[in-house]
Amino acid sequence: MGPTADTAAARPTPATAEDATTRSAGMSPGARYALRSISSGLVTLAFVVVFNFFLFRMLPGDPIGLYTRGRNVAPEQIAKLRAELDKPILEQFLTYISNPFASTINSARFNRPVWELIGDRIGATLLLVGTAILLASVIGTLIGIRAAWKRGERFDSVSSAITLTLYAMPEFWLGMILLIMFGVGTAITPGIFPIGGIITPGVDPASLEGVLNVAWHMVLPVTTLAAVYLAEYALVMRASLIDEMGQDYLTVARAKGLKDKVVRRHHAVPNAILPTVTLIFMNLGFVISGAITVETVFSWPGLGLLTYDALRGPDIALLQATFLLFSIGVIVANIIADLMYAVLDPRVRA
Amino acid sequence: MTMTRPGFDPVSPTSARQVTRARRRASRARTWRAFRSHRGGMLGLVVLVVFIALALLAPVLFPPSTISVTQATGEPMSPPTAGFPLGTDESGRSILALIVWGARISLVVGLSATVMSMLIGTVIGIMSGYFRGGLGLLLNRFTDWFLVIPFLPLAIVLATVLGASLINIIVVIGITSWPGTARLVRSQTLSIGARPYLERARALGAGDAHLMRRHILPNVMPLVLANTTLMVALAILSETTLSFLGLGNPLAPSWGSILDGAFTSGAMTVGAWWYVLPPGLCVVAVVLAFTLIGRALEDIVDPRQQGGR
Repeated sequence: MGPTADTAAARPTPATAEDATTRSAGMSPGARYALRSISSGLVTLAFVVVFNFFLFRMLPGDPIGLYTRGRNVAPEQIAKLRAELDKPILEQFLTYISNPFASTINSARFNRPVWELIGDRIGATLLLVGTAILLASVIGTLIGIRAAWKRGERFDSVSSAITLTLYAMPEFWLGMILLIMFGVGTAITPGIFPIGGIITPGVDPASLEGVLNVAWHMVLPVTTLAAVYLAEYALVMRASLIDEMGQDYLTVARAKGLKDKVVRRHHAVPNAILPTVTLIFMNLGFVISGAITVETVFSWPGLGLLTYDALRGPDIALLQATFLLFSIGVIVANIIADLMYAVLDPRVRA
Repeated sequence: MTMTRPGFDPVSPTSARQVTRARRRASRARTWRAFRSHRGGMLGLVVLVVFIALALLAPVLFPPSTISVTQATGEPMSPPTAGFPLGTDESGRSILALIVWGARISLVVGLSATVMSMLIGTVIGIMSGYFRGGLGLLLNRFTDWFLVIPFLPLAIVLATVLGASLINIIVVIGITSWPGTARLVRSQTLSIGARPYLERARALGAGDAHLMRRHILPNVMPLVLANTTLMVALAILSETTLSFLGLGNPLAPSWGSILDGAFTSGAMTVGAWWYVLPPGLCVVAVVLAFTLIGRALEDIVDPRQQGGR
């Protein structure tokens, strides 16, 4: 869930894969590095797919009962499920592995194919999470830069206290508080924002009014997510810039007579910003956790709320699908982070 | 935490064991002195002691009947009054009593999950750093896999498979949060493994198990302990999230399940801030306390990382 304070320690090393495929000769170091990141990601993906299959086959009791608990499921659907689960486990596994996405199993709760449901919901999550990450990374980085540059001064101590507190906060709790304060309204704060959903029913989402309406609905959930995420950007940026500030070339830059602002903007920050840039991708797992609980609090109709519904069922088929999707998202994001590292920092490629 | 008599006086020791013990005591005293000068760390320690005292005194302050749904005495969803300083929940139980009892569950789950995660992480970390062959690589790969799988979705599927209970929440947090520690321990083990004294011990006939236990583990331990306090903070946050999602034991109130109760009973829409605000503030206070202590210890154990990450 929350980011480990030892972000550096928890970062998968880009160069752990020792796959034979990467030893092919005659390749540039860059291409070899890229190939290694991607193949390492694919191996992880294979592990997740296998894990996902066996985890749900280990369920105690009658799997059909669990898959369909408390629902009205058509007998032909149950017969289909039973036929599928009565096959030898190896055969089931081979069918699953040949195409994990072609699940014929319907969601017990919504009685629709799980991947169709996911397709419906993914847009809302991307909109919410994307906006929050954008805001958090920009604001967090700016706070981090200023805090590092004014290390030990008032701005630094105040911003460090605030970011550490945000870091210690369950994101959904912040959401609940904001919802009471500005959605429901209290004696001291006006309840001006909607308390949930993505759009007022009846408003056409394609119209200008619809867009504004969605934006209005986004204010509270985006603020919640961004507030919790920006803490980590600020902490990482601050630490990275402080590391950089000890370097000799900055002393040289100052000795040349450059203004403080120029040294900071054109020399120190570009070199120190790398960890924050990759953090955007590295942290997707953490972002997903936030999306699950915050979407639940604000009844935001995305994948997070879908996961919550699946879990309260429990709707195993749906849970299995969202788990696989989230894992794929994180693995892909990690590969992107690896590759970006190499593009932005040539030393990694060597 | 290591806190023992600061005023240690080394009496002339006689046996090897006594020498070791005296040295350990002196090093603990040194750590404690360094820790005391850390303002943030001390603040965290004070906050933590207050919460531990509250958790221990729960049965004295509020008899168990006060948190029973059937024996509740208050009006449902009542704002703070003289009898109920933090108001009541939907079945008329005192929020204050729930929170004090919740401190027990949250702290116990947080600490037990951390112990489990530390054990797994340390064993796998040391072994993957120590064995250079296939086993080490395999364990390292395994760590990488678990590092990448997103925590909450994994915890949710595990908790669903195992069923909702307190023990299962501990197990789920334990087996989803060890890879960070393993990574840290592995890199430390690698750097220790290159030192000559290990070579010397091996030449004297020490086996793998002995080397790992007696020579590597003691060197890795300080870092692991500093990491542990940070880990507790994370474990408590994880417990809160999982309980909020309804994966905890509904009969044993933790701060997360109080928030779950507030959410599912519609406390937010009726503006019952007294039901939502206090449990979250407790989580923030305790998590922050562990974070501050952990950062202070990290500074002491590994001064190179100063400046805070």
